[in-house]
Amino acid sequence: MHRTKIFDHFILLFGVFIMVGPLLVALMTSSHEAADIHRNGLQILPGGHFIDTYTTVLTREGGFTGKITGLRMMMNSLILGIGFAAGKIILSMLAAYALVYFRFRFATITFWMIFTTLLLPLEVRILPSYEVMNTLKLTNTYTGLIVPLLASATGTFYFRQFFKSIPDELLEAARIDGAGPFKFFIDVIVPLSRTMIAAIFIIMFVYGWNQYLWPTLMTTDESFFTLVRGIKQILLVWVGSNIPDYNEAFALAILAMVPPVMIVMIFQRWFIKGLTESDK
Amino acid sequence: MAAINITNVSKIYAGGVEAVKSVSIDIADGEFIVLVGPSGCGKSTLLRMVAGLEAISKGTVEIGDRVINDIEPAERDIAMVFQNYALYPHMTVYNNLAYGLKNRGTPKAEIDARVAEAARMLEIEQYLSRKPRALSGGQRQRVAMGRAIVRKPAAFLFDEPLSNLDAKLRVSMRGEIKQLQKRLGTTSLYVTHDQLEAMTLADRLVVLNGGQIEQIGRPLDVYHTPASTFVASFIGSPAMNLLRGTREGTQLHFGSQVLDLGRAPAFPGQITVGMRAEDLRVATSGDQSLTMKVDYIEELGAQRLVHGTVDGKKLTASLSPEIDIGETMALTIAPERLHFFDADTGKRFGQPFANTGYDRLSAPAIKLEAAL
Repeated sequence: MHRTKIFDHFILLFGVFIMVGPLLVALMTSSHEAADIHRNGLQILPGGHFIDTYTTVLTREGGFTGKITGLRMMMNSLILGIGFAAGKIILSMLAAYALVYFRFRFATITFWMIFTTLLLPLEVRILPSYEVMNTLKLTNTYTGLIVPLLASATGTFYFRQFFKSIPDELLEAARIDGAGPFKFFIDVIVPLSRTMIAAIFIIMFVYGWNQYLWPTLMTTDESFFTLVRGIKQILLVWVGSNIPDYNEAFALAILAMVPPVMIVMIFQRWFIKGLTESDK
Repeated sequence: MAAINITNVSKIYAGGVEAVKSVSIDIADGEFIVLVGPSGCGKSTLLRMVAGLEAISKGTVEIGDRVINDIEPAERDIAMVFQNYALYPHMTVYNNLAYGLKNRGTPKAEIDARVAEAARMLEIEQYLSRKPRALSGGQRQRVAMGRAIVRKPAAFLFDEPLSNLDAKLRVSMRGEIKQLQKRLGTTSLYVTHDQLEAMTLADRLVVLNGGQIEQIGRPLDVYHTPASTFVASFIGSPAMNLLRGTREGTQLHFGSQVLDLGRAPAFPGQITVGMRAEDLRVATSGDQSLTMKVDYIEELGAQRLVHGTVDGKKLTASLSPEIDIGETMALTIAPERLHFFDADTGKRFGQPFANTGYDRLSAPAIKLEAAL
C-alpha cells in the first residue's frame, strides 16, 4: 500500500509540474528586463524587476492614443466577463423556465431549434451580428459588446435539464401554497438552481473573459480594449530594431489569469456542493 | 371546514382514455374518507381533480357551497400532503410551514402563532430552523402535515402520504393522522392503495376499480358485505377465498365436494362463493366439511395461515397455532358466513339468509349441523 501511495503522489506531482511549470516560467520571466529576455530567453529564476514591471503594466498610459492603462483593460475584461456570465444566466434561466413549465405548442421543437442554431460557433454569425450592431450604432459600447452574445444554447440546455429533474410535486405544492409563476421562479427555482448557476457562471465568465475576435471587431476606441487585446498590442511593436516588451506581455498574461482563477476558486465550493448534495 | 360534494365527475385524457368515470361522492363536514384501490384505478386522479392540479373533464366538485371546478388550487381552501412530502428543500422547516401563509399576506404575528401551534401539535418544535434534508422520513412527513395544518383549510387532501415510510413508522403515523384529524375535525380525503390503511383510518371508504366506484361504506360494512368479488378480494388480508361453485337445490357443489346450506337461496346455479379465511374452522366429527389439500403454512404468531387447494382451487384458512396440521384437512364454515356473488358480473347477491349480523362476537361460529 505504501509504495502505491508514493507512486500516486508522483503522478500527481508530475501533473502539477506540467500544469504549473509554464505559469511559473511566465511569472519569473515577467520580472526580468525586456532586453534580458530577448538575449537569454525564458527565465526560471526571479529577476528583481517584479514591482516595476507590474506597476508599469497596470498604470502606464499606452496604446495608440496613449490613454489606455492595464487597469482600464482589466476593468473592461471584467465588465465583459461578468456581463456575459450574468446576462447569459438570466436569459437562459428564463428561457428554460418557459420551455419546461409553460405548456405552449411546439415547445420541444422551439428548444431544439434554439439549440441547433446556437451550436454554430460565433464566427459563423459574426458578420451579420456586426452588421446589426453597426446599424444600431452600438459599436464601441458595452451594450454592443455584450448583448449580441448573450443568448446561450448551452446554458438553456443545462437549465432545462436541471428544471426537468425538479419533482413536479414541488410545483404543485407551490400552487396550493398560492405561488404564481413568477413567485415560484424566484422563491423556489432560483434558490434550487444556486449550484447550477455557480457552475454556469464559471464557464461563461471564462468564455467572456477570453473573447478576442468579437471585441476586436466591435471596438475601435481604445478605451474599450480588453486585456486579451492588450497582450496582443504589446507584441505588435516588433518593427525595425524595436524589442517588444516581453516582460510586460508576460506580466499582462499573468494578470489576465488572476480573475478567472479567483472566480473558479470562489465558486468551486458551491460547484462541488451541488455535485454532492443531490437532495431535492 | 366544509362538506365536499363530488357529482358525476369524469376525467378524460387527451387520448380519449377515461381515467375516472362519473364518480359521485358526498362527503360530510368533518368526515374522513379514504379512496382505496389498486394502482391505475383513478384514485389519485380524483384527488388531484379536487385539489385543482388536474382539470375536471365532466361533473362538478363543490367544497362548502362553492363549485370549485374553475378555481385556482390556492383559492380552493384546501391543503395537500404529498407522497414524497414535496417540502421546499432550500427553506427551513419554519419557512416551509409559513410559505403558504406569507403568500396570502397573513400578518407576521399570526404566521408565528400558527406555525408555533402546528409545530407543538406535531412535536417538531426543535426542528423549526433545520432544512428538510436534515430530517428523517417521519419528521419530513410531519412537516408536510404541518404545512397543511397551518393553513386551517376546509379540507385536507392526502396523496398516499405514508407510502415512503418504513412499516413500523407507517403504523404509528397512521395513528397520529387519525388522532389529528379527529382533533381538528377537518374534512379529509385520503388516497391509498393499502387496504389496511384504508380500514384503520376511514370513517367511510370508497373502493375504486377501473375509474369507477365499486363500493362506498363504513370499513366494517365493506369488510363484511363486500359489494363485489373485486372488493371482497381487495379488502381484508388474507384476501377472501373465492371459489366457483354450483348450487343444486340446497347444496353447493365444488367439483366433487358438497356443502349443504339447509335451504335454497334465491340465486341461480353457477355462483362464486366467498369465504373469509378466519371464518373457516377445522371440522369435528359429524360436521360436513370441505377437504383441503395443504400446500404450505405461513406463521403469523397469533394465528397461522394454511394455504391449500379444495378441488384444485386455492383456499386459505386462518387457524389457531395450536391446531395440528396434516397433509389434508377437513374444514367447515357456517352458512351465514358465506358470501355469494354472481359468477359472471361478480356482483354480490343480497343477504341470502335472514339475521346475519356481522359481529362475530354475538354470532359465534356455528357448526353447519347445529345451525341447520
